[in-house]
Amino acid sequence: MSRHTNAAVSLSDLLWRRPNLLLLILILPPALWLGIIYLGSLFALLAQSFFSIDEFSGVIQYELTLKTYGELFRPANFDIIVRTVVMAGAVTIGAAVVGFPVAYYAARYARGKWKAIFYLGVMMPLWSSYLVKVYSWKLILAKEGILNWLFETLHLGWLLNAYLAIPIIGGNSLSVSSTGTFLVFLYVWIPFMILPIQASLERVPHTMLEASGDLGARPYQTFLHVLLPLALPGVIAGSIFTFSLTLGDYIIPQIVGSSRRFIGQAVYAYQGTAGNIPLAAAFAVVPIVLMAFYLWIAKRKGAFDAL
Amino acid sequence: MKNALKSSVAILLGLTFASQTLAQTMVTELGQGEGQVNIVAWPGYLERGETSPDFDWITSFEEATSCKVNVKTANTSDEMVALMNEGGFDLVTASGDASLRMVAGKRVQPINIDLIPSWSTVDDRLKEAPWHFVEGTHFGVPYMWGPNVLMYSTEVFPEAPTSWNIVFEPMNLPDGAPNEGRVQAYDGPIHIADAANYLMFHKPELGIISPYELNEEQYTAALELLRGQRKLVGRYWHDAFIQIDDFKNEGMAASGTWPFQVGLLQGDGAPVASTIPQEGATGWADSTMMHVDAENPNCSYMWMEHTLASNLQSDLSVWFGANPAVPAACTDGRGMQTAEGCTKNGLDDFERIKFWTTPVSSCESQESCVPYYRWVSDYIGVIGGR
Repeated sequence: MSRHTNAAVSLSDLLWRRPNLLLLILILPPALWLGIIYLGSLFALLAQSFFSIDEFSGVIQYELTLKTYGELFRPANFDIIVRTVVMAGAVTIGAAVVGFPVAYYAARYARGKWKAIFYLGVMMPLWSSYLVKVYSWKLILAKEGILNWLFETLHLGWLLNAYLAIPIIGGNSLSVSSTGTFLVFLYVWIPFMILPIQASLERVPHTMLEASGDLGARPYQTFLHVLLPLALPGVIAGSIFTFSLTLGDYIIPQIVGSSRRFIGQAVYAYQGTAGNIPLAAAFAVVPIVLMAFYLWIAKRKGAFDAL
Repeated sequence: MKNALKSSVAILLGLTFASQTLAQTMVTELGQGEGQVNIVAWPGYLERGETSPDFDWITSFEEATSCKVNVKTANTSDEMVALMNEGGFDLVTASGDASLRMVAGKRVQPINIDLIPSWSTVDDRLKEAPWHFVEGTHFGVPYMWGPNVLMYSTEVFPEAPTSWNIVFEPMNLPDGAPNEGRVQAYDGPIHIADAANYLMFHKPELGIISPYELNEEQYTAALELLRGQRKLVGRYWHDAFIQIDDFKNEGMAASGTWPFQVGLLQGDGAPVASTIPQEGATGWADSTMMHVDAENPNCSYMWMEHTLASNLQSDLSVWFGANPAVPAACTDGRGMQTAEGCTKNGLDDFERIKFWTTPVSSCESQESCVPYYRWVSDYIGVIGGR
């Protein structure tokens, strides 16, 4: 018993004399988690991408090579990367354009009960299942769905058909077109854009806008030269979410759209059905590189100061 | 780095081989049931009356043998292979594109057919089918099989279409409108085999013997056909229920599909029917296979006997729109299936169906074939418009 007490006392003495040791003990579990489980799996992935698959037998060759990365630049694979990045960019811009006025109203005009309702309205879609939302959008956009019906009833069917006849963004119906994929992405990710913008707008002092007006600026000048620059970190923070989420998603383009693959689907197909893990890993590295670049620019623009 | 990797790979291989030699033994006699059996199955394959009270083929087994059946469903062949690689399961209902992979990977053990009294009732055409009978050894007990049929809208087609060309070639359908945007195709790479099957009939000069064994020239021709098909297809189908929705809400006229979707759509009163056109069709044939390290071998064998002897074969073929591996189940009244029902599901079309197998580079019919992983990457390109 006394020996135990002695041991405990000497241990506490040791920790007192060497604060760094205590720090090490405390930090070890999270460091192991981050180092082994989190970064370890990431490096395992990176390592896989430097292997290659033997063209003839389909067996993975464990020799370091850049051949697999070269395969990313084959036209079919490069298309997938370009398609995904363009979609992620379009969704981000769309979310900023739609989200900004909403966030502005919520931050500047909504008061009391209405503010709560706004928060609720923005957050509520996040409470329901992602899959259910996507499936219901498929029904809304279908050829015999409600949106098409609305156009027909308003005698604007020709307008929709003319739009759908445009190559690339059009298709047989909205639900099998890239526009449909875009709309669903926009809907699903927009809360992640509105909330950071709203947070940054609330931080802009009202007096600044008044001062701008007093100095003779027109509303659009105030918006362009005062409000937007001050809210920009919020927009960029939101764009990080919308951009990276679109970059990695593989379920929406499978349910709504023209079946043309996105990066997430390519990874799924290559590792799951083809057993071509090196190419799947190389594909998975693409969003990492893109996001690293994006975050670097965002940091320079001061997006993280607002968080 | 390289050396470390090599040695770890060597250790891994060593371990695999060590377990293989142990695993190649076959069960020779049966004892008491272990109290449970763990099965990996396709959704809808193992029913205990919970989805619909009329469809139950587990309860009777549990009562008779006191082996509790634990079901784990898997949605793709790849998931099945992955689950069996993880272990912890006794049985799996594997399709032809998964079964050979598991035999090659030594994840399944030989089956002693002498321990399955009803083996003799199995369809002779399936007893030694190449997707479970390898080098003179049985690795599976036939379970169910079915064709990939051509589904069509009866509003567009007053009579059943006679050729797959309505989903492969641009043309006007009987209602006068073009087929562009009104047909679908499966979005799995195995669909290349459907194109090859079509070419086998229409371009005999290519000399295709099996749609799963294609040389470069034959493969290129199949891809070319599929590139033309891309212009006709709005969306490729992946999920059975999304396809059902597309036939209801997107005005689809025709598509290759499983009898499962046809049955569900007809059950909903949708104006669709299905046929196997003149070119024949691809299809799937599933077998029950046993894990090398199965912990409940006695219950496993009892279950395999149950799959052949009970109402399972008959009722499941009604439920899934498939064909029983025991032909007698169509007629002997052990379940709800009837001779007409089996004919409708394609029982008589066995010879016209080319069953799914995984394309490998060392193939039987010619010197070398294009392997599956290239099917995957090229089909992604085709869907992407390349």
